Amino acid sequence: MTNSISFLSAAIWIPILTGLFLLSFGNDRNPAVARTVALIGSLAGLLATLPLYTRFDTASAKMQFVELMPWIERFGVSYHLGVDGISLWFVLLTAFITVIVVIAGWRVIEERVAGYMASFLILSGLMIGVFSALDGLLFYVFFEATLIPMYIIIGIWGGPNRVYAAFKFFLYTLLGSLLTLVAIIYLYSKSGSFSILDWHALPLSMAEQIPIFLAFLLAFAVKVPMWPVHTWLPDAHVEAPTGGSVVLAAIMLKLGAYGFLRLSLPIAPDASHHFSGVMITLSLIAVVYIGLVAMIQTDMKKLVAYSSIAHMGFVTLGFFIFNQMGMQGGLVQMISHGFISGAMFLCIGVLYDRMHSRRIADYGGVANTMPKFAALFMFFAMANSGLPATSGFVGEFMVILGAVQFNFWVGLIAATTLILGAAYSLWMYKRVVFGAVANDRVAALKDIDAREWSMLSLLAIAVLVMGLWPRPVTDVSEASVRALLQHVAVSKVK
Amino acid sequence: MQNLNFSAALPEILLLIAACAVLLADVLKRGVWGLDVGRTALIVLILPVLAILAQLGQPAQHALNGMYVSDAMGHVLKLVACAATAAALVYARSYAVDRGMHRGELYALALFALLGQMIMISAGNLLIVYLGLELMSLSLYAMAAMRRDHAISTEAAIKYFVLGALASGFLLYGMSMIYGGTGTLDLAKISHSLGGLAPANAKVLIFGVVFIVAGLAFKFGAVPFHMWVPDVYQGTPTVTTLLIASGPKLATFAVAFRILAGSLIGVASDWQQMLLVLSVLSMVLGNLVAIAQTNLKRMLAYSAIAQIGFVLLGMLSGIVGGSTNGAADAWSASMFYLVAYVLTTLGTFGVMMLMSRDGHEADDIADLKGLGRRNPALAFVMLILMFSLAGIPPTIGFYAKLTVLKAVIDAGMIWLAVLAVLMSLVGAFYYLRIVKTVYFDEPVDTHALSPLPSAHALLAINGALVLLLGLLPGPLMSLCASAVKQAFGG
Repeated sequence: MTNSISFLSAAIWIPILTGLFLLSFGNDRNPAVARTVALIGSLAGLLATLPLYTRFDTASAKMQFVELMPWIERFGVSYHLGVDGISLWFVLLTAFITVIVVIAGWRVIEERVAGYMASFLILSGLMIGVFSALDGLLFYVFFEATLIPMYIIIGIWGGPNRVYAAFKFFLYTLLGSLLTLVAIIYLYSKSGSFSILDWHALPLSMAEQIPIFLAFLLAFAVKVPMWPVHTWLPDAHVEAPTGGSVVLAAIMLKLGAYGFLRLSLPIAPDASHHFSGVMITLSLIAVVYIGLVAMIQTDMKKLVAYSSIAHMGFVTLGFFIFNQMGMQGGLVQMISHGFISGAMFLCIGVLYDRMHSRRIADYGGVANTMPKFAALFMFFAMANSGLPATSGFVGEFMVILGAVQFNFWVGLIAATTLILGAAYSLWMYKRVVFGAVANDRVAALKDIDAREWSMLSLLAIAVLVMGLWPRPVTDVSEASVRALLQHVAVSKVK
Repeated sequence: MQNLNFSAALPEILLLIAACAVLLADVLKRGVWGLDVGRTALIVLILPVLAILAQLGQPAQHALNGMYVSDAMGHVLKLVACAATAAALVYARSYAVDRGMHRGELYALALFALLGQMIMISAGNLLIVYLGLELMSLSLYAMAAMRRDHAISTEAAIKYFVLGALASGFLLYGMSMIYGGTGTLDLAKISHSLGGLAPANAKVLIFGVVFIVAGLAFKFGAVPFHMWVPDVYQGTPTVTTLLIASGPKLATFAVAFRILAGSLIGVASDWQQMLLVLSVLSMVLGNLVAIAQTNLKRMLAYSAIAQIGFVLLGMLSGIVGGSTNGAADAWSASMFYLVAYVLTTLGTFGVMMLMSRDGHEADDIADLKGLGRRNPALAFVMLILMFSLAGIPPTIGFYAKLTVLKAVIDAGMIWLAVLAVLMSLVGAFYYLRIVKTVYFDEPVDTHALSPLPSAHALLAINGALVLLLGLLPGPLMSLCASAVKQAFGG
């Protein structure tokens, strides 16, 4: 199984090393060099991930591209990487979004450019590390280490209230993950191994599974974020620079949802079934209640932040109804949300760079001055509300189908998202883009330039292709999801 | 009288000669090869280090009729203590020059304090423990009082002296009771005599253990024996603070190990209870009070108290229901934690000394404002150090917490592990605040920072080591584990 070329290691370490290079040699006198180095680094990272897709064996549910080396011998910790159908797309998504973020920060960030680019590159490598780690401690190290660059990104390049948001982000997530650390050490103490795959096979009594599940839940629910531990997200999104919001929404939230699939469900299957009612309820609250909350927001970034929480509610719903359709739908939804929410935040960033306001009330009639932008923004707003032929539709539709198989009423409540999503996305779009030109500043707006056009249209293509032809994602994940569901269906209580 | 075996004590003998040489060099106003007294001290320090390195890997040796032990644990701790003293002196150079402390006394006393630490680390007899402790403490009292014209500094020195003397008294009183109970001061013989004690003697022995633990807790700065820590940290010159914050903790750990885990393992369930109380109180109080501090040194003092709580946590978690099978693992976790802590602390106070200049101490948190712009390299080192103290990967501080937590969970004390991680969450807040001050705030002080190249380079190595040992913590972890295992006779 071991591959001669370590694609995963390359995908992790190329961005991190580029980032460290920028930190050590970059200075503020020649930002252009820093930008170019960052772009090359992120593109090289993306290239390193492409063979993962082309050489991936979709028929197998096993881990592929496995790399295994001893790391901390005293505890039997190893540098153990690998991807299966569940994680592969997240690796690709992360590398892709990093390129977009570098382009998005090209002209907007003028201060401490090297540091900005370095933070994002290091963050990118760490997140790929989370998605490909098969050793529990390695997973945890990557998972926690992502906090550092994000804290710095929000704190240095963020908005006026950035310090508060950075602290809230860091401490909130740390609270969850510290208890996970206790659970991870407990699992090690019990099994004598840090390998996640060994933990999957470890028999555990119900009395052990429940605390373990809850410890994982706390970490992952905060990260997803699920209602009611979501309150850090709107603050973090609003204060973060555009690139930070994009990475946060497109990838970091997925770390939590991915954690459910990689750790919670397979390690504590009985507890997962035991708590599935609670999880489904929390997910539905996120879909409906947070959907309503999104509608009344006056700040565009906050609105999209809440919409992210609602969409992630769909993902957790898909996971905890335990059927093939729902779980695959959840995965599709995550990838799709990565593209769409990233694009939405970029669109808001485009407006913010020009007007320095995120308030919906400050806009109106943008279509008159920025027609190209209005068209792309329209497309993403539609995708965000789940328009057929966009990727947003595929995931939501699959989860709703799965939910109806599980229970008609759950499916029905979940389906309200199609209405709510359309309401908050399109209503915001209408107020910002349509109508008469609201004020002089809107009248003076310039349409998007080639750089902005290219990054948005790249995302638009991704959303459209995935909406019309989701097979690449569903084919890749099918075998792994089936294996996971079979595993979860077998009780571990002996 | 047959088995003196002086060669086992060669590092200490060389260090004694070196310290005397520094004193002489100061009196004669000339150093080696025309170097000044500070550089001379660093150069002569190489001798004992070489002697320790030559002993590495050898089986444990006893010297001076069992008064003295030279084993792997001692070698590791002594090397770290030497490195800590050397680093402190390098960082302190311009700081000491600015404050008129750049005199022979500073360097000679630092070496004598180090000698005391090394004697404590290698002690095989309670009297030798006391001897080493006093040599170390008296040198440090004098160093704390070196700025005679500075009111706060003098006050701190008096406090340190009075409370330190009290702690020594506790320890000595405890030793006398142990002697009364067992009839011997030899650490190896105490453990043999535990089995057949008369009930009255056993009771006296337990009283003795209480006083020993209290004395050690004083030296560690664990709650409720922590009162001196914040004042002394804040008041003494930063170079002395660094010397107090690093080496003495290593030496106290070694003494705690030799007395508690070595001799008194038979009454482990008694001292385990006491360490538990000390540990929980230290973690809670240290972390909570640190939040309220505006003075960086004071904050680090409370942080030190909290970190010692973690060290104690490892020390106590090796004993489960009377079985001491896990003790080697648990004590090696504590040792690793302490080494990691000392390494990190060196850098923190180093940054502080590099930022100080004539007449300005740079010991308020506000002094760090905008360091990210004033000197990105210093700022980045500070970032790594703070995340290490907070226990965030990938820094060595994370693995330190991990090993201790593992020992605690292996002992089945899940609630204690949960409490510990919750307290480190509280801790993360004030460490993050330092990062925030360094990176997010605008600079107020616009003086150019121009640290000496030697100190700057050492600080870069210090920071890199904290990060590198975070990426590859395995070797150091195994080193601590095998050292402790050897000391347990395994």
